Amino acid sequence: MSDFINNLLRLRRGPWEMVASVLIALGVVMLMQPVAITLYTYSFITTLIGTVMFIIVSHFPE
Amino acid sequence: MKNIPIEKIASATPDSVARHIRGLSDRSIAWIFVAPTIFLLLAINIFPLIWTVWLSFTNSRVNRPNRDVEWVGLRNYERILTDSDIWNTMQATAHFLIWTIVLQVLIGFMLAFLINKKFKGNDLWTTIIVFPMMLSPAVVGNFWTFLYQPQIGLFNYVIAFFTGADPASFSMIGDVHLAPWAIVIADTWMWTPFVMLICLAGLRSIPNSIYEAAECDRASKWRQFWTITIPMVLPFLMLAVLFRGIENFKMFDLVVQLTGGGPGNTTTLTSIDLKREAFEKWRTGYSSAYAVILFVTVFGLASIYVKALNKVKER
Repeated sequence: MSDFINNLLRLRRGPWEMVASVLIALGVVMLMQPVAITLYTYSFITTLIGTVMFIIVSHFPE
Repeated sequence: MKNIPIEKIASATPDSVARHIRGLSDRSIAWIFVAPTIFLLLAINIFPLIWTVWLSFTNSRVNRPNRDVEWVGLRNYERILTDSDIWNTMQATAHFLIWTIVLQVLIGFMLAFLINKKFKGNDLWTTIIVFPMMLSPAVVGNFWTFLYQPQIGLFNYVIAFFTGADPASFSMIGDVHLAPWAIVIADTWMWTPFVMLICLAGLRSIPNSIYEAAECDRASKWRQFWTITIPMVLPFLMLAVLFRGIENFKMFDLVVQLTGGGPGNTTTLTSIDLKREAFEKWRTGYSSAYAVILFVTVFGLASIYVKALNKVKER
């Protein structure tokens, strides 16, 4: 866990891509879930942040 | 002159003279070859995408070309993301997407596993299995509409044969609970052969020597399946899931032909809803925002999926 946080702080690609992927997946689940419309409302912004983050962090060093 | 190496002549020629002689530099020639592709890509992909994003912030309606187009900011996005009908459409799409992928991957892999065994008539069976994939979605939609007919449809008679229910007592495409499954079954019937072909390619790429080595180590067939077959076919399976996932997210023709999005809105998938907003209600700005939301979702999913696929390939 401390390695993960250290690599996040050192702007390494691996952990940042992981964070972006989790955000995208979370956004898609929020978009299509049948539980709460509030989650659906905030799904697009979550996916958008994740996708933009993914594009940026994929240029970080390994 | 005959004995002088060509490299020596080339290096001795001043650059400006060489360029004059050759007419164009390598870089220019490369640009000439690449330029038409870049132009087409910009004209067909990038320009419409940027224009759609711009339209999504306006109240544009293409059926009223003389009306002033106003900048409405994020209003279209707000309306879409608080609309419970579109939320239901997303859920219908999720149901369709998840079940078609699960069924197609399971059945496709099983068929590929069977076809990969050497037996008499192997090629004939492969051709028969692949047949549905070659048909047009409109034809498949029409064909399954007849199969699902409560009075004359073969599907109802098969179900009645196994369950003892009256064939006319249920309608696959007229019942709100059964219609979502009707489109799943038709799509699975049509596209399972595609997944089968990809899995077959994966299975045939596994060298026999690996299985022979496993036999020497006395590994059971079950063990060979889980430790050799599955890991080596996994990249192919993931590729199949990616292709089918993206295709089914955009599914339109088959479902329109089969159910037209009904009964009610139970089989209205996002692409059908988007088409209605854009070309029946002519809400261009609103439908552009809808399209942008779908685009970002598919793009984000495809990005993480391609990353996972590369990781599996590196193993």
